[in-house]
Amino acid sequence: MHSNTRAPLGLKFAAIGGLIFLLAPIALIFVYAFTTEEKSFQWPPPGLTTKWIGVTLGRADVWEALALSLKVAAISTTLALILGTLTAAAVARSRFFGRETISLLVILPIALPGIITGISLRSAFSLLDIPFSTWTIVLGHATFCIVIVYNNAVARFRRTSGALVDAAMDLGADGVQTFVLVILPNIATALLAGGMLAFALSFDEVIVTTFTAGNQTTLPIWMLEELVRPRQRPVTNVVAMAVVIVTVLPILAAYYLTRDGEHTAGSDK
Amino acid sequence: MSGFDTTQPAIFTPRSGPLSRTVDWVIRHPRMFVFLMVLPITLWLGIVYIGALIALLIQSFFSIDEFSGIVVREFTFKTYGELLRPYNLDIILRTVSMAAAVTIAAAVLAFPIAYFAARYAKGKWKALFYIGVMLPLWSSYLVKVYAWKLVLAKEGILTWLFAKLHLTWLLDGLLSLPVIGGNSLSVSYTGTFLVFLYIWLPYMIIPVQASLERVPGALLEAASDLGATPRQSFRMVLFPLALPGIIAGSIFTFSLTLGDYIVPQIVGNSRLFIGQAVYTQQGTAGNIPLAAAFTVVPIVIMGIYLWGARKMGAFDAL
Repeated sequence: MHSNTRAPLGLKFAAIGGLIFLLAPIALIFVYAFTTEEKSFQWPPPGLTTKWIGVTLGRADVWEALALSLKVAAISTTLALILGTLTAAAVARSRFFGRETISLLVILPIALPGIITGISLRSAFSLLDIPFSTWTIVLGHATFCIVIVYNNAVARFRRTSGALVDAAMDLGADGVQTFVLVILPNIATALLAGGMLAFALSFDEVIVTTFTAGNQTTLPIWMLEELVRPRQRPVTNVVAMAVVIVTVLPILAAYYLTRDGEHTAGSDK
Repeated sequence: MSGFDTTQPAIFTPRSGPLSRTVDWVIRHPRMFVFLMVLPITLWLGIVYIGALIALLIQSFFSIDEFSGIVVREFTFKTYGELLRPYNLDIILRTVSMAAAVTIAAAVLAFPIAYFAARYAKGKWKALFYIGVMLPLWSSYLVKVYAWKLVLAKEGILTWLFAKLHLTWLLDGLLSLPVIGGNSLSVSYTGTFLVFLYIWLPYMIIPVQASLERVPGALLEAASDLGATPRQSFRMVLFPLALPGIIAGSIFTFSLTLGDYIVPQIVGNSRLFIGQAVYTQQGTAGNIPLAAAFTVVPIVIMGIYLWGARKMGAFDAL
């Protein structure tokens, strides 16, 4: 629906007011990253400085947390891509006993509140005598990342004709060739979109992580500690700004790449 | 291969290489193929995850010995009875009322944004609205909470804004109110409410906008041609058509608020929400049965909620 008439004034004010509510807090982070005030959240900032950016860049704990977050996100996304694609292929292509159950099973970790998934996994790990490590964080993240890849892949599999696979095989391709030359190119963009979403979700996850991480600190856990017990406000300000910049760029890119009415990958998070 | 040799049988000879041969064998046995594909997910989600979930739920039927603090492994409803104690019942009521308040406010706030974006915004405005919704949606959860800590701080921008507008009396009046007030915004229910509203608002805007975009503009023109006032066409045409979208959005805002334990921990007074109660019961208090019983509460509430939403056709709007 689209109208060429002008919007009523009241509606316009309400909509723009809503927009300010949505964007102002994020804009505020950019101002605070340059404030000279160290001890409080004083507004307006008494002065502006760029020295905290340098201080943050020199902080080993921030870099370590970032590295761990990237590592966890990369491994869990890879795991989710493999498991999600396999499951999607099975569910989309064949009928078998327990098919409906599996499609429900995959959604469950994201449909239930994160705290429930977190506690369940924690008790499973202690029951199986698995010590907390990077790998327990990865398993926790992969658990809820699978559904993202699965959703994207299953939709694509349903739209791809099964005749393509049959044709490839009739023409003499073996299973591996069929997968690499026919199936993979067809589902590649769906996997890319799903993989990006899964990566972003894992990179930002905090609730499940608090239950599955031992003494490991991912970037969100670092942020959380800083929120509960602020020690270095200026450094937190700069880290927050950096995280916003990292999230803004893909959104802008997605918008400019897909603005001609294409369905954007992020619009169904 | 060069052309077809009709003297040869149509079935290819077995391929060389162990990988190709194994793959071929699997493909010729469809049941095996499917079995192998779903095996990893069944092992992980079906056995480890579901097993742990069921183990957790079973624990809610155990109880804790009040003197020794040891879990008694006998079937009982005693732990569920404990949920009805005034202190615990307060936690549940507080969380559900917060979730309801956040959901209603999100619907009211989302509607004009979604309606404007769907019907009137074009060009630069359309881009601005897209970014205005996507940026808060995709920004890190903790960064958003942090941003609100900056906004709500006693020395922060909101207090400053009220002072500049000579409205400090209004803020003080609000904070002196019995339930929603507190020492400052960042330690009051109002603060918790605002942060929840901010964080989950995009989840309401997106489905509402999707449902509004499907409303033909001619329908509204027809309503006004037939003599409906703007208020009437909103109430009788636009709102009923947007309702599935609003309900779809409310599923997100309601369930996400029910399960959250980080926001009330960082912005709010010391009174617990369900998520925090679960966290402290399983952690420091060591009362796993009560923690398990508490996790059943949001599951049951959301089960009822989803059942109702399904009846109203909300799932078509997702």
